[in-house]
Amino acid sequence: MSGVVASVDAQTLVDAVGLGAIFALMAVGIGLVFGVLRLVNFAYGQLVMAGAYTLAFTAGLPLAARLAACLGVVLALTVALERAVFRPLRTASPAVMLVTTFAIAFLLQSIALILDLRDGTIGEAAASVGGLNQAVSVGGVDVRKVTLVAIAVAALALGLLALLLARTTLGLHMRAAAADFQTARLLGVRADRVIASAVLLSGVLAAVVAVILTVRTPLVTPSFALMETIVVLVGVVVGGLDRLWTATLGGFSIGFATGVINGALPTEHTVFLPSAVFALVVVVLLLRPGGLFAPGRSALVERV
Amino acid sequence: MTRRLDPALQLAVPAALVVAVGIAASLASRSNEIHYLRALVSVAIVVAIYVFVGNSGVLSFGQVSFVAVGAFAAGVLTVPTALKASVLPGLFPVLRDNSIGDLTSLALAAAVGGLFAFLVGLPLMRLTGLAAGIATFAILEITHNLLREWTKIGPGATTLSLVPETTGPLRATLGALLVIGVAFAYDRSRWGRMLRATRDDPAVAQAAGIHVHRQRLLAFTLSGALAGLAGGLLVHMLGSITTGQVYLELTFITLAMLVVGGMTSLWGAVLGALAVSGLDSFLAKAEDGVDIGFTLTVPTGTRLVVVGALMALVLIVRPSGLTGGREVRLPRWRRRAEAAA
Repeated sequence: MSGVVASVDAQTLVDAVGLGAIFALMAVGIGLVFGVLRLVNFAYGQLVMAGAYTLAFTAGLPLAARLAACLGVVLALTVALERAVFRPLRTASPAVMLVTTFAIAFLLQSIALILDLRDGTIGEAAASVGGLNQAVSVGGVDVRKVTLVAIAVAALALGLLALLLARTTLGLHMRAAAADFQTARLLGVRADRVIASAVLLSGVLAAVVAVILTVRTPLVTPSFALMETIVVLVGVVVGGLDRLWTATLGGFSIGFATGVINGALPTEHTVFLPSAVFALVVVVLLLRPGGLFAPGRSALVERV
Repeated sequence: MTRRLDPALQLAVPAALVVAVGIAASLASRSNEIHYLRALVSVAIVVAIYVFVGNSGVLSFGQVSFVAVGAFAAGVLTVPTALKASVLPGLFPVLRDNSIGDLTSLALAAAVGGLFAFLVGLPLMRLTGLAAGIATFAILEITHNLLREWTKIGPGATTLSLVPETTGPLRATLGALLVIGVAFAYDRSRWGRMLRATRDDPAVAQAAGIHVHRQRLLAFTLSGALAGLAGGLLVHMLGSITTGQVYLELTFITLAMLVVGGMTSLWGAVLGALAVSGLDSFLAKAEDGVDIGFTLTVPTGTRLVVVGALMALVLIVRPSGLTGGREVRLPRWRRRAEAAA
């Protein structure tokens, strides 16, 4: 045990916080949409993937143009999804919505495969965005700049979002819609506007995550961000899907824990880690359906 | 008259369709045979999923776990003992030193699938809706992780090969028919009716004295056993298999088949499996270039795009699927004629 503890050094901790920050951003993106639509967006990772491919395919252009293109493509895709898929399904059961986004995820992934395979190979290099991959030394710890950027961006984005939700009319509407959609509508909250804003915000976050992830792993493949999404979904459920802050905390925690465990334990000790993590999901769903961080029980899970 | 004829039709029409595909498989060329066999095994898998998902109305992403468990149980135990020590040295001695016949292995696959489903279902069947979807997805991930990393029970991340290829047209057809027959018998049984009652109105069903958890667990276990059997058929059809073949993509394709056909009927499961298999096979061939008057070539990946788009479209536009979620019935004019007579 002492060997394990000793190998968790400052380096590992900083990297783990960086990973946790990225996962927290994705968790917010998933949690925002769930709040207003009761829809678990399985295809969220594919939005990130689309942004990453945009960065890869525009590798020759100036940085600002690439970032703008990335944001544009992800937002266009998000709006298209909202209009074509989420809106017609608004009255469907959560399970039907989940299975539909599962289909959309495969659809987008296969489209990416077709685009990617035009040059005969799988995987496109998204040349590093603005030298963010270089390391700086902070107090003897080598930190990649992107890790610092990830932490800063996550803190900034979460801060802005908290302000938006707490201080603006739109935020008030979104919170009302998340608490009780029908009553909120009766009281004059415009459903389409609130849902569109939540979906759009989740799209912005997906674009931000796409930029950060491509700096960390520059090789973009059709399954880019797929595993990350699954892990974030786990974190969101374990943390508590019902409230945005528990979902975010869940996303951060699972990213941080993954980072620490992978940094501290040799690979042969972590092969069964996914099983343990998914078993935790099942246990939480059965015993604390509101999530680990949520007080009391929640209405998310009906049980027989 | 109609009342007696309808149930017979509900079994006969899907069965006849499966037999027709079986006959086509036995007449097909060597290179085409695999497509028909795949379609038949898909029917077995999709009907197995239907037994639980269709009757209970609870979404499960996890049924392919039982296909995987059945496939690897049947596969590992039918690799000839003489070769097993060298290709799978890490196995538990009892698995390494013993092999069984391929028919026995199918029975074993069903038993292992059913047992696994029972153990998983015991806690999980308390969950409904979204939570059930996520928890069953977790089961799929756990199964995949264990099969991929635990080399004492299987080949791990390498390919399991040297499995006898004994699933020919006859056995695939009989296997699919057996699964359909069991599903039909369950549908018409007291338990099937009770489970559908809980699907249509949980509160009323409970008030009428139906034990929801028990009925769901029964269907989940039966579905697991049938899925295990289908996995056994699958591994004996392919001859070699990796854990990746019984994971996300198979889950996606089989769910798409069930959704496209119509989730709440046996007829929908069979029709969806055959229709999507046919489409999938055609597109897979078209990815290599197929001659239909002219040579049609589509980019690799097209089949998943088309199947994914079709599935999403059906879910959005016609959630009850091609069959409207209904069983086979006499055409309307026949019913009217008989009602008049």
